[in-house]
Amino acid sequence: MRRSLRHNAVAAITVLAAAAMLAAGCGSSNSGSSGSGALTASAPGITKSQILIGSHQPLTGVAAPGYDEIAPASNAYFQYVNAHGGIYGRKIVYKYLNDQYDPTITSTVVHQLVLQDNVYAIFNGLGTPTHLAVVKYLNDSKVPDVFVASGCECWDNPSAYPDTFGWQLDYVREGKILGKYIEEHFAGKKIGYFYQDDEFGMDGVKGLNYEIPKSQVVAAESYNPAVTNVAPQVTALKAAGAQVVVSFSVPAFTALLRLVSLKLSFAPQLVVSDVGSDPITLAGLLESFAKQGGATVSGNALTQGIITDGYLPSLGDTSNSWIKLMTMIHSKYLSKYPLDGNVAYGIAVAYTFVQAMLKAGRNPTRQDLINAINGGLPQGFAVAPYAYSSTDHNGITGAYMAEIKNGALSPIGPVQVTDTSPTGAITTYTGTQPAAPASGIPSP
Amino acid sequence: MQEFLEFTLGGIGIGMIYAAIALSLVLIWRGTRVLNYSQGGMAMFTTYVAWVVISHTGNYWAGFVVALACGLVLGAILERAVVRPTVGKSPLNSVIVTIGLLIFLEGLAGIIYGGQYRSFPAAYSVKGLKIGSVALGISPSDLFTAAAVLAAALALALIFRYTSVGLRLRATAFNPSVARLLGIRIGRVLTLGWALAGLFGALAGVLVTPSTFLYPNSMDSIFVLGFTAAVIGGLDSPVGAVTGGVLLGVVLSYAGGYLGSDLVLVYGLVVLALVLMIRPNGLFSAPVTRRV
Amino acid sequence: MTLARHLAAAIVVAVVLAALSVQLGAYRDYQMAEVAAYVVAVAGLTVLIGLSGQISVGNGAFMAVGSYGGALLMLHLNWPLELVFAASAVIAAAGGAIFGIAAARLRGPYLAGATLMLAVALPTLADQYTGVFGGDQGLSTSITTPAFLGAAFPPTRWLAWVTCGAALIALVLLANISRSRIGRSWRAVRDDEVAAALSGLNVARLQILAFVVSAGCAGLGGALLAVVTGIVAPGAYTLTLSIGLLTAAVVGGLGSLFGAVWGSLILVLVPSYLTNLAASHGLSGAASSSVPIAAYGVVLIIVMLAFPAGIQGGLRRLFGAPTAAVPLNALRRRRPASEHQEEGLHEKIT
Repeated sequence: MRRSLRHNAVAAITVLAAAAMLAAGCGSSNSGSSGSGALTASAPGITKSQILIGSHQPLTGVAAPGYDEIAPASNAYFQYVNAHGGIYGRKIVYKYLNDQYDPTITSTVVHQLVLQDNVYAIFNGLGTPTHLAVVKYLNDSKVPDVFVASGCECWDNPSAYPDTFGWQLDYVREGKILGKYIEEHFAGKKIGYFYQDDEFGMDGVKGLNYEIPKSQVVAAESYNPAVTNVAPQVTALKAAGAQVVVSFSVPAFTALLRLVSLKLSFAPQLVVSDVGSDPITLAGLLESFAKQGGATVSGNALTQGIITDGYLPSLGDTSNSWIKLMTMIHSKYLSKYPLDGNVAYGIAVAYTFVQAMLKAGRNPTRQDLINAINGGLPQGFAVAPYAYSSTDHNGITGAYMAEIKNGALSPIGPVQVTDTSPTGAITTYTGTQPAAPASGIPSP
Repeated sequence: MQEFLEFTLGGIGIGMIYAAIALSLVLIWRGTRVLNYSQGGMAMFTTYVAWVVISHTGNYWAGFVVALACGLVLGAILERAVVRPTVGKSPLNSVIVTIGLLIFLEGLAGIIYGGQYRSFPAAYSVKGLKIGSVALGISPSDLFTAAAVLAAALALALIFRYTSVGLRLRATAFNPSVARLLGIRIGRVLTLGWALAGLFGALAGVLVTPSTFLYPNSMDSIFVLGFTAAVIGGLDSPVGAVTGGVLLGVVLSYAGGYLGSDLVLVYGLVVLALVLMIRPNGLFSAPVTRRV
Repeated sequence: MTLARHLAAAIVVAVVLAALSVQLGAYRDYQMAEVAAYVVAVAGLTVLIGLSGQISVGNGAFMAVGSYGGALLMLHLNWPLELVFAASAVIAAAGGAIFGIAAARLRGPYLAGATLMLAVALPTLADQYTGVFGGDQGLSTSITTPAFLGAAFPPTRWLAWVTCGAALIALVLLANISRSRIGRSWRAVRDDEVAAALSGLNVARLQILAFVVSAGCAGLGGALLAVVTGIVAPGAYTLTLSIGLLTAAVVGGLGSLFGAVWGSLILVLVPSYLTNLAASHGLSGAASSSVPIAAYGVVLIIVMLAFPAGIQGGLRRLFGAPTAAVPLNALRRRRPASEHQEEGLHEKIT
């Protein structure tokens, strides 16, 4: 009896000791001081000298390769803005935390960012299942949740999630645009689908099916990103006689599709989603196979002729003012990363955030940021307009079709815009993309 | 028919890779009675070293040899530094320590080499072979992989069966106290066992990485399937490792191809369950008896 | 009476935790809720491994079963929270029974292999039947703070109360089982299976029961975690989760419920502590985000080497308790004769 009493006492003391350590270690950051002059601490995360924003990103783990470049690229653009006056004199401090693409960890780090770090907004949270873990929490806590890094339609829900906005071209729209191109240019050919078995692949297939006649589709093979052996799927595509394979895959699996097709002597026309078609990433994945003795394959040859779409200007278009801006940011701040699609994405979305913050005003509250985006934003890096309004929280509305030629995207058609509905038309965008500002920073 | 042939050969090809991992697990289990969860991590790390060598010298075989040598050294170092203190304690301690090692190695690789995908060359061409106009669905690289794995399995079986080193390894795992009494230097034998396992793991790494691309977590899913293959074949048998690997590879290939690839891992679980229900110690295990 | 003593201790701890939850900030409350959820799952696992001597690297799968079951009940049938938790435990326990029956003859690494594959394969079912399980996006499981607490009551504090309450109930039940005849029978089977069988214990049934209890705890823990994070999705039930549970159980101290608490604290607090430490030293960005990962691996190794009997074992040593929770050689199954028999026969086969 005594021994167990002592054990209980020991236990209670240790629990209390641990709790005391926790309490001591718990930090509570102040919500900013009111300063002299025009700048005030108008919202959590805003002080007179800085704006603190947070994000959750997969920096390690199986989803990390490639995506781990996006946040540093955004941060690079923020540093450029900070070095040139910041946002009305405030510096943007971007705190992005690793969630390893695990929704449980996403919830933890976002709670930390909101409750302990008191960020002003969550910017560019990456991933669909991961961000879905926190979208309700952020909206309940009225934290702006802007420019989610995911093409899911779910961010366009102004009634349930008024503080959440998408940014990139969503997967259904992309599927429709790709589908229309296939329907027009590959009429009568047999089409096969190769897609990731999550909402990225399935939304893309949904969009494709709105445009491609059912009779043309001879096979639909999905893959699980945890299983790198895609030989069964490619064999099935080959056995079905697919002449065109539409792939909603991430770059690693686009490369695997290519390699396994090579092994099976299967050579369909590949049409790949923008997510998985970045020429530089693909060439990097395939370059080792370019040097095989005897076989006449080169890294570029393995990507040559892939058809895809793009919603940012092509990195190969070096005379484009936006590409010049990107190149400058990259050489100044990001020289240890390749200038590839992920870096371009990071810089582009950061630019949009700066546009929104400038529009929100000198001493913005959280609601000011929401109102700024609801009022619409100019195009910036995107080739098509944003859909932002108080009733539509989708981002980029269109893309151009392109072909990979010599390691870069070469446009093969005009920018097409559409919506996410089954019957919504796909029309050519008649406007033009304005040039980049000379300073590289949007005007307020 | 063509499809069936491609599924079969493809399944054997990937099965050989599972077998490679399974072999190194069998080696460590049979020699040291430790389940090495960091086997995949060690293989990933040695492959990174090979990649560095290949990038600098342009010579694949230099990288290949360096990877194997690194595997030897890494296995020995890890055993001495980290696993040795767990001898004599609960077997779960070594499990946790190897899990910690895995996490450490993945983190270390991320720090040194960064998280992005690296392309890793195959030994030979990856273009498919044809007989006349019939595509076989395998490449010279696949043939080399199969040959290397079979050679490794044979070597392992011969080592255990016919060499004094193998005898010492088995004796140490069998009954460490008696082995010590017979004059066997237990410590050295354990180190040797881990070094050899590191070698085989490194081989598995360079063989499989061309098709998974090289990044800190590249061996995670292959390790799971390799472990499953080892369990299917029986953790005490090199022949079992190869059989288990090929069986798993082929069954998953058929299931994935004919039934749909979404549930490939579930099919793997079904195969494992079926085998273990009939033979709880794997296919090539002796029947288990219990003496009072 | 054991039950009264355990209940009294639980009530004391409950009061302490409630006071703490008010004292600590909203974020620490969230962490407290996380720890509580893990404690339930880890406690179930430590009973399975430490008391009944069976290894499982797959309790994450049972967490998934429990939380998906609970989520579906919550979403489609609108059951109240307590019923949802109880149902999650029951559903997962049923899964544990099925697995336990299938795996009754497996031992050691073969059991480990089976549970490993279970952990990896089971969540992929959710990807497949997207209509029911929500696919990759998962199902939403957030709860609202009840109205009687007032509008100003912090939601994370409610989460902490709910999860800690459920965890304490589960721990009391586990403590009771551990001290009961079933617990003693488990230890007997663990220490010497043959002797236990000869004494008249039904070994298979006891082992299956251990799986049932462990899976039930995992299911409840999964439901608690789902309520805390607000989502059930396959991406949350990776192999990493199962391995995390295992490390928490062993590092905390096998077979000990306090060990489950230490292990869960480490599981929740150490990674975020290391991350913030790295960030405050100016390390940010992709490559250096691996530093906390590598450091966590080192922490596991060091703690395991320094405390071979787990943290609880180390504490017992410090405070002078005479016996360890689990005898060190208990898990080396006492069948050396037969294993070697197997070795001997092996010669002829290969």
